[in-house]
Amino acid sequence: MTISEESKPKIDENVMILTGNHAAAHAIRQARVGVVSAYPITPQSPVVEKIAEFISEGKLNARFVKVESEHSAMAVLCAASATGSRVATATSAHGLELMYEMLPWASGNRLPIVLNLATRSLGAPWSVWTDHQDFITIRDVGWIQFMCENNQEVYDTNIQAFKIAEDPRLFLPVVCGYDGYIISHTAQPVKLEKQELIDEFLPPLTHHINLSDISQIKGIDPVTTPHIVKRPEGTAPGYYEYRYSLQKSLENSIDIIKEVHDEFAERFGRSYGNGLLKTIKTDDADIFIFAMGSVASQSRIAINKLRSEGLKAGLISLKLFRPFPAEELRDFFKDKENIIVFDRDIGYGYEGVLSYELKASLYGLKNRPNIKGFIVGLGGRDVRTEHIISGVHKALNDFKKEIFTNKTEFLGLHLDELGDYDESTYFKGG
Amino acid sequence: MVNVMDLPEEEFIYPGTRACAGCGMALIYRIALKALGPKTIATVPASCLTVLHGMQGFCSTKISVYHTPFATTGASASGILASLEDKGLADEITVLAFAGDGGTTDIGIQALSGAVERGTNFIYACYDNEAYMNTGVQRSGSTPLGVRTTTTPEGKDVHKKNMPKILEAHGIPYVATANAAYPLDIFEKFKRATDIKGPKYFHILSPCPPGWGYEPKDTMIIGRLANETGFWPLYEVTKGKFELSKPSRRYLEPSKRKPIKEYLSAQKRFKSIDDKTIQIYEEYISNMWKEIRNRLDSQ
Repeated sequence: MTISEESKPKIDENVMILTGNHAAAHAIRQARVGVVSAYPITPQSPVVEKIAEFISEGKLNARFVKVESEHSAMAVLCAASATGSRVATATSAHGLELMYEMLPWASGNRLPIVLNLATRSLGAPWSVWTDHQDFITIRDVGWIQFMCENNQEVYDTNIQAFKIAEDPRLFLPVVCGYDGYIISHTAQPVKLEKQELIDEFLPPLTHHINLSDISQIKGIDPVTTPHIVKRPEGTAPGYYEYRYSLQKSLENSIDIIKEVHDEFAERFGRSYGNGLLKTIKTDDADIFIFAMGSVASQSRIAINKLRSEGLKAGLISLKLFRPFPAEELRDFFKDKENIIVFDRDIGYGYEGVLSYELKASLYGLKNRPNIKGFIVGLGGRDVRTEHIISGVHKALNDFKKEIFTNKTEFLGLHLDELGDYDESTYFKGG
Repeated sequence: MVNVMDLPEEEFIYPGTRACAGCGMALIYRIALKALGPKTIATVPASCLTVLHGMQGFCSTKISVYHTPFATTGASASGILASLEDKGLADEITVLAFAGDGGTTDIGIQALSGAVERGTNFIYACYDNEAYMNTGVQRSGSTPLGVRTTTTPEGKDVHKKNMPKILEAHGIPYVATANAAYPLDIFEKFKRATDIKGPKYFHILSPCPPGWGYEPKDTMIIGRLANETGFWPLYEVTKGKFELSKPSRRYLEPSKRKPIKEYLSAQKRFKSIDDKTIQIYEEYISNMWKEIRNRLDSQ
């Protein structure tokens, strides 16, 4: 199914005015999770506060393990998932980084955990405002990663996330990212689907491991050798085979993600591109903006302005960041000329992550497009329409002169206001 | 008091595990599982017990085990229990967390403290071999004064952390010390613990032939010396009530205790300690027992 733009919720009795955080909490409630475990962190906290409220009001029959750290939160969920329960949590920034050790454990163990990430920049120095730095740091741990643009999408993606995570062909953990404050704390109309329809779409979890069945004795995740072990009692895969299977499942997940997205669209009448990426005004475009989350939202306005200037601008809003939909992007961009990437993150020491991943994914195209990446909005700096527009102009100018570089350019930076900025001395030691 | 004939014949650990000869922990685990029986799920962090549990595809026990990263034992047990509650099975199945001293007193203390503070209904057992043995004998927070490890080549300069006391301070319903050399005492305590709701904590001294520097055949002798010299008193604190366990009762009387030197000189890990350190040990033991005496008197 290729619907190029999602349909807006119509006003009816099931539409509520919700923040992104509360949209996530409602989805978790309607998914009927059995175990939640979380630790407070800004700007995620309202998700788990709301869940606690649902439990205390009897609207959700779940165990909420109120742990002493995010590291423990993910450890609780790994163990609870391995014992056979449907589980979810939410976190941000430092919380996600503290969980980090447990993230490859969850994917290596093939546990269908759903994590909501209200994105936030990483210290030092302290910042509670959004960028996508936390989201991109977990790109190599084996999780499926979605980024959402609005509150309805947060709700819809969560419902789909459980179904994708628990698909018997996959069993993979999923993170649903959305911008801190911009989405997490901003109220928008969100249509909540009827519980019986959600139950039909999302049947109870049938897990591949279930410690609670004590008739099946299992040693889960013991030391696993580099090589296959053959003994009279049986043959055990090596670490290499386990990890191959994880990678193959992630590769295969692209089709399953599309399938689940299409089923959701069919049942509920809302879709998000093809479930992997959203194309906005791309049909006649010859200039393409590539971005995700809040940066894509801002770019929706920018392309209209660019069009009023006479430039045929379109937008690709990336919804699925991992697995990276490289084939779909190659297919889409194979005959395109100009791509400008805006990253609210940075692969420090290189360039914006979306920028270099897009470049890598288009390697080998016969007519490779021109690509230029910009950094925007780190630590919650406003991403303004004029930043996007100036980036597009600058890129087109560079393309004309055949200037191609990985050197980063930060849009919306105001070194001029600091007066005495000097790279050799400034900002050292805080 | 049970006698050896009362122990269930059924073994829950298959023979031929990867534990070292003379391993105190293997004995402790064997007895604990006999007491808890088949309706038990264990969770184990990185430790010698990971080694005992065997390699991928082959489980060396007759109960399921969830291996979990080093710092997470308390959290992992909480997760298993929460899921069992979710499924209505929490009253039927015992959740057992079993970790070494490094995994308990150092890297795992936060998750453990959180789990017991939440009142988690589980048993947490720390088998204390007094250093990071699985990684090659590095010092831990539970390594005693004067011990030579690979990271304290001149001997550790501070006493071990009093972990049972820290757990007691959490106000949990059951804290017990035990010792691999007293298996019947271990069995009885695990049996008693299963009848108590809430967090139960065991701290069990686990002599380690390669790490402590003695012959594998001497594990029981070394373990007994730890008790007989008064270095490792066996006790239970049940809902705040302190009770000395039978094997340790006679050592309330100082003259009954063997000189600490007998315990220290039997192990190569104490090779470098001098007379002054021995004197510090004598005071340490004397103070510990004075505290026990005061506690018993004030109850």
